[in-house]
Amino acid sequence: MSSNTLSHSAFNRQLKKTYSWYVGGFLIFLVALAIAEQMGLSKAWIGYVFLFATIGLYAGIGIMSRTAEVSEYYVAGRRVPAFFNGMATGADWMSAASFIGMAGTLFLAGYDGLAFVMGWTGGYCLVALFLAPYLRKFGQFTIPDFLGARYGGNIVRTLGIIAAIVCSFVYVVAQIYGVGLITSRFTGLEFGIGVFVGLGGILVCSMLGGMKAVTWTQVAQYIILIIAYLTPVVWLGIEHTGIPVPQVAYGPVLQKVGELEKKINADPKELEVRQIFRDRAATANAALKDPAKAYAEGKAKLEQNVASLKAAKAPADQVAAAEKALAAYPKDEAAAKGQWNKDKGLTARANPVRAHAEPFPGKDEAARHTAKLNFLGIVFCMMFGTAALPHILMRYYTTPSVQEARVSVFWSLFFIFLLYFTAPCLAVLAKYDMFTNLVGSSFASLPAWAGAWAKVDPSLLSITDVNRDGIVQWAEVVIGGDLIVLATPEIAGLPYVVSGLVAAGGLAAALSTADGLLLTIANALSHDLYYKMIDPNASTGKRVTISKVLLIVVAISAAWVTSLKPGDILFLVGAAFSLAASAFFPPLVLGVFWKRANKAGAIAGMLAGLGVCMYYMLRTYPFFTNMGVPKMDLWFGLNPISAGVFGLPIGLATIIIVSLLTKAPDRETQELVEHVRYPNLKGDTMSTQTA
Amino acid sequence: MELSQRHQEYWRKNLVITAILLGIWFIATFVVGWNARELNSITFLGFPLGFYMSAQGSLIIYVVIIGVYAKYMAKLDKEYDVAEGELE
Repeated sequence: MSSNTLSHSAFNRQLKKTYSWYVGGFLIFLVALAIAEQMGLSKAWIGYVFLFATIGLYAGIGIMSRTAEVSEYYVAGRRVPAFFNGMATGADWMSAASFIGMAGTLFLAGYDGLAFVMGWTGGYCLVALFLAPYLRKFGQFTIPDFLGARYGGNIVRTLGIIAAIVCSFVYVVAQIYGVGLITSRFTGLEFGIGVFVGLGGILVCSMLGGMKAVTWTQVAQYIILIIAYLTPVVWLGIEHTGIPVPQVAYGPVLQKVGELEKKINADPKELEVRQIFRDRAATANAALKDPAKAYAEGKAKLEQNVASLKAAKAPADQVAAAEKALAAYPKDEAAAKGQWNKDKGLTARANPVRAHAEPFPGKDEAARHTAKLNFLGIVFCMMFGTAALPHILMRYYTTPSVQEARVSVFWSLFFIFLLYFTAPCLAVLAKYDMFTNLVGSSFASLPAWAGAWAKVDPSLLSITDVNRDGIVQWAEVVIGGDLIVLATPEIAGLPYVVSGLVAAGGLAAALSTADGLLLTIANALSHDLYYKMIDPNASTGKRVTISKVLLIVVAISAAWVTSLKPGDILFLVGAAFSLAASAFFPPLVLGVFWKRANKAGAIAGMLAGLGVCMYYMLRTYPFFTNMGVPKMDLWFGLNPISAGVFGLPIGLATIIIVSLLTKAPDRETQELVEHVRYPNLKGDTMSTQTA
Repeated sequence: MELSQRHQEYWRKNLVITAILLGIWFIATFVVGWNARELNSITFLGFPLGFYMSAQGSLIIYVVIIGVYAKYMAKLDKEYDVAEGELE
């Protein structure tokens, strides 16, 4: 086997050398592009160069790592050193949502957005303490593998397959959506074409070399995404804090943001704008009580205005203005109703600015308490979901030993931490920059980035002079969360090549996560369903071929679902975490830590956990209740995204109760548990190590 | 096979360190989160402490927890003779 031709440490050294060259090469590539930009390379071309150079690079790694060997294909030959597995896990983990969305969420929600930062890092403690070393010792290929072996029989395995596919599929749709968005934004290609270009990159890589190719590509992708994320933040940090590590020094900036928030909330011009919004909302509410009458009256008033101006022989420009106002009036009652319904929502923009650092704001004690419960509920679900998502757990099968698996979780979290402790800093720096440079500037001379983005995409940035004083008030600015990361290079005044770099980073984040997820789904189908349940005699070549075919089928169906643009992506992602936490966490952890847990308990517990979780979502999430599912009140005021708070404990309790009521597992199962608990058990007859 | 006394002791020690680290994790996450409003009245490195913990402090604790666990278990493996052989 080729994997044994090099010793472990020599292989490690060689990898370090290769990736050092790679980092150097990438930096030279950036400098060369920057010089080319100075010499007049157009923005569109910079976008194309980044898109095709990086996808070409990933494809190249995929082709170099092509394999048809089972252990190479499923678990990268089990020789990925801890450090590199950490980077690969980091890229696998951080999706388009982390890269582009996170800082925006923090910008908009302030402290409350930190629930995701804590949840998506703290979950790795659970991975380290409860799962990674034991799964590595078990040493098979997939997560349903472990459930199947520990609890015996095909029912638990099947439940595992279904849960793995549901969570991963929901998640992969969100990634492909991100790929389409980034390619279309930075190259001008159409959304649909962008999806398929990205899909090509994903497939070349994972199809040819399975886990082996995905691993080495993910390491390369991590390096690009972290350089892309840190560069503009460091630059902006030097500008506002004076040191190149703004993450430790943005405390004083946060204080200044707090002072500016107070100033904005007391500014008479800001109050004036908010009053205009309140008035408009009030008018809309009044009109909606009797829309027909209000519509007719409004129209009549404008017509009369035109007529009286004409009769009085008013100056032509006044008449023209009145005619324009009449022409702009909604064409019929339905259109007017739509406008009023929109105006009704303006009360939200009339609210004072929330203090960025204040946890759980609310109008009274009860509201604050509910906000706190929801914050902790999201933290809980994200953490336990992290420790149950199959595409992450699978990565710990690829290290050479149990100890390397433990160390590898450390590196994983370290590399994830680098991005996650930067995001809150970026949000604060961006807010400070906007409060000082955008607010109070005149509409005639907006900062260059603001003018440009408002023109490109009003859903990301729109500024309207509501009170017509020619000056920007904060209440007049509407920001879409994704703007923060995408526009930071321009806010910091960096050349366009850095914007291209950020786009390449976002693409790397989305592609790497999509790779890992698609592989999880294809493996669950080819290894667990086909090989373990349908045709246990299939040759290794056949198994790998089937996996490759399934990969294409799954990828295309995921792209198809993406093209339908299913609604709320954030809810889908949250739902995937809640479902994974409820279905997987209890049977996996009890499987290692409690010998008495048995098959009946696992089946009942997985069904109960999933059932409660889905029941709560169905009965409380507006998407379902609007379709006719009878609505019920929230339990403890917890939002549907946190359904795992109920699903997980109920699943856990069910496994314990049902296991105790039924027969203890047989001797062989108990020996398996002992086998996974000790990295090396002398006299152990069990051998699950196949690589 | 029957587990020896030593083996059972190894597992007990593993459970103890797991419980201790899990306790720290719980405090850094839920106790800190629950009291974030109150903690914000303290200033740390120029940050309100509640904000600092959720944005950075707890994250650093998580990284340390995992590092300590990996170090401790490597030692325990050797001490109780359950460590894996040298990798070729």
